Amino acid sequence: MSTPLLETIRLSKSFGGVQALLNVSFSLRQGELLGVIGPNGSGKTTLVNLITRFVKPTSGKVLYRGNPIHQLPPHKIVRLGIARTFQMVRPFYQLPAFKNMIIPLYSPRAKGLVGGRYGDRDAMALDLLEEVGFERDAFVAYKPAGALPQGYLKRLELAKAIALQPDLVILDELFSGLSLAEVASIVPIIEKMRIQGKTIIMIEHRLRELFRIADRVIVMNYGSKIADGSPDSVMEDEAVKCAYLGSETDSGD
Amino acid sequence: MLTGTIIYAIINSAILALTAIGFNLTFGISGVANFAYGAFYVMAAYGVWMLIHMAHLPYPLAVLISISLTTLAGALMYRFVIIRIKGQTLSEVIATFGIGLTVLELFRYFGFVGFEYTLPVFIDKSFMIGDAYVDAQRLLIVAFAVALIIVLWLFTHYTHLGLAFRGIAQDERTSLTFGMDPDRIARMAVAFGAGLAAIAATVIIPLGSISPEEGYDVLIKALAVCIIGGLGSSGGVIIASVVIGFAERFTDSYIGSHWTMIVSLAALLMVLVVKPSGIFGKQKELEERI
Amino acid sequence: MKTRKERIDRGIKARSQDIFALCSWREMLYLSGPRLLPVVICLLLPLILGVYWQKVLMSVAVFAILAISWDILSQSGMISLGQALFFGTGAYCAGIMNHYWGFSPLITLPLAAVFGGLISTVLLLPVLRLRGVYFSMVTLIIPLMLVRVIEATKIFGGTEGLSGMDPMPSAGFEVYLILIVFLAVLFGFRRLMDSDYGLVLKGISDNDRSVINAGINIYWFKAQALFIAASIAAFAGAFMTHVYMFVGMPVFALDYSILPIAAAVVGGPGTLAGAAVGAFILVPLSELLRGIGGLRIVFYGVFLVVCIVALPEGIFHYMERKYHQFERWVEVEK
Repeated sequence: MSTPLLETIRLSKSFGGVQALLNVSFSLRQGELLGVIGPNGSGKTTLVNLITRFVKPTSGKVLYRGNPIHQLPPHKIVRLGIARTFQMVRPFYQLPAFKNMIIPLYSPRAKGLVGGRYGDRDAMALDLLEEVGFERDAFVAYKPAGALPQGYLKRLELAKAIALQPDLVILDELFSGLSLAEVASIVPIIEKMRIQGKTIIMIEHRLRELFRIADRVIVMNYGSKIADGSPDSVMEDEAVKCAYLGSETDSGD
Repeated sequence: MLTGTIIYAIINSAILALTAIGFNLTFGISGVANFAYGAFYVMAAYGVWMLIHMAHLPYPLAVLISISLTTLAGALMYRFVIIRIKGQTLSEVIATFGIGLTVLELFRYFGFVGFEYTLPVFIDKSFMIGDAYVDAQRLLIVAFAVALIIVLWLFTHYTHLGLAFRGIAQDERTSLTFGMDPDRIARMAVAFGAGLAAIAATVIIPLGSISPEEGYDVLIKALAVCIIGGLGSSGGVIIASVVIGFAERFTDSYIGSHWTMIVSLAALLMVLVVKPSGIFGKQKELEERI
Repeated sequence: MKTRKERIDRGIKARSQDIFALCSWREMLYLSGPRLLPVVICLLLPLILGVYWQKVLMSVAVFAILAISWDILSQSGMISLGQALFFGTGAYCAGIMNHYWGFSPLITLPLAAVFGGLISTVLLLPVLRLRGVYFSMVTLIIPLMLVRVIEATKIFGGTEGLSGMDPMPSAGFEVYLILIVFLAVLFGFRRLMDSDYGLVLKGISDNDRSVINAGINIYWFKAQALFIAASIAAFAGAFMTHVYMFVGMPVFALDYSILPIAAAVVGGPGTLAGAAVGAFILVPLSELLRGIGGLRIVFYGVFLVVCIVALPEGIFHYMERKYHQFERWVEVEK
């Protein structure tokens, strides 16, 4: 058994009086697609923020390929090969979609792609966007980001992450706000990433779509991990049902 | 010599604290860095002077009117200028700076410069403490500073408005959901800050004379104290005032008076290197914005 | 019949996109004109102006450089209230090198630019991590504090300053040097800010977590932008030291901090050309207004506030818009 790609050990975070995350430990092997689910406010995004170090943990550790990363500044973590998308998509609205790709392509992680010649970034941006479904002949990539519907914006986020040639991709609610058809068109892109050997963490509320592609699922509630296993086993778990549906004692007689 | 230095250090700290409190309050509550702060300070002082010498009003009345007018000016500045650009740091900074500049230079242009622009002291007596002469006005300043701090503390902990101030200072969005109007509170914060500047002016100016230069000096001092103590933190202002006040005074007594500004500058630079957000600063950089 | 205003690109703009610009002289002139005109004017003006107005022209170029420096910082998310800090540091560097070590202006100028830039950047490094207001506050008070420090400790000549600097080879050299540097800075850094590098800087200003998320160290980039802006402002300071053959406390004066901001705001923040236009308007204007003395600054103050609140677009953008588009009233379709 090789070392897990990512491991968190008793990770905790409190914001002043609010305990957002409490002793969350899990490990992730290379090539897995891990789903993270749970009711709103259960700490899923906080977990991602801690792994990517946008927020400092109060206690606990995060190990990537066996090395601790929880003390590194966020940009260094990205350089190690971890990329994430944000739940609240905020592109540069006035810029065309492909110009939004320039900054990720400027990253040291994108060196192999761009080839170092001036002007290649624009071409590479267009190529990457085409791969995530921006129709080239309709010149969708040239539209200002502010004019694009949510489906395209989410794909833009995905493309920005792919541009960084990551080994671990963390997708924070990628499917939210998308229609079933849009979700169905993005799933193949995720599948392709898996075939390329990338490890993926997906935070989702859309359980049905997630369970079709996830290998394993973690369930969070009130900042703690309450279940960890295959999608089927997790759905049978009493604690999970309680968290989503409430238990019998909650009916407030 | 030592008692004298300590006493004057306490006085100096009180002056610094009085000067900085208004600026700190405005920023802590509304996030507006009021670069016109120095102008309000000087405006209040000139206001009192004009009311005494041109309108021939009694001193206490002049002080009250001037403070009220300055507070009103702060509210007006918010209502007509800041509210249009609130949130855009660039515009806020430039606009308040521009206003402060205009006001101060207007005073300079109209010739309000000279030794006759002084305000009378409240009580014209001196005391001997230890081996040093201390005049009543300076002691009054210390008393005032302490009283003001206590009053402000009580205000922000026990009155509705004060608690609203603290609420908005801690978390604007949550306060919004409680029905507090951030614009109204911000307007009051700016007005309050201006008023506090006015109060500080009326107590401190009698020590010297009024000049537009004071406006810039006051702004520098307030900024320095707030940066060192931590913007938005009252505790920080107090500690920073004490630290700088004592450092300046002791430097003046034991090393030489021309080193005092260097000490302040060095303190500022040290804070920037060690803990840029200030002694009690709460600037959480990235965390706050996710 | 209701009408609305419609803005359409001029025909010639549409005809001169990309490679089609090479179609005819007219299209090429349309594109190159606005760029060549200022260059030609700048190079010809010294020949027709008298000595007094040549000095004004030099002043314009210096303030234009300061305004461009301010604009570069503002595009990168740092609002400087203390261009005087960079200007003064450069001025003193040049003065010290010339006065104590006898370096010639040809050496002090570039060295002062680099060292002035370095010192200023190092001083401001700690605040780069904090909220923008801190940068503004610190840049405001450090030059003012430095004035008092120099006054009190009498170092580097104290209140009297250092005088007797070497002048530059000739008056003609002076004027053309600063004009050429100004043009180089304007066009060179305009190109830089339009490139991908500039996009990263603007991205840091607009949405920095997005840039961090791409694995880019935003503080390193901010430091680079700061160094660039500080160096060119320091050069301006060093230049003035040799023009006046004197350096003293006044180099840290508020004037050098305020006028560049006014110029950039009036001319149009966000484009270096706007900053230059602003300087070309405000500096001669301030010369003409010299008669009213201190009221000048009042005037700037009012102008500044009015512009930032009512016309944030700036004069340059307005001109640009007029050049590329025309407006007309059309009927509102049902």
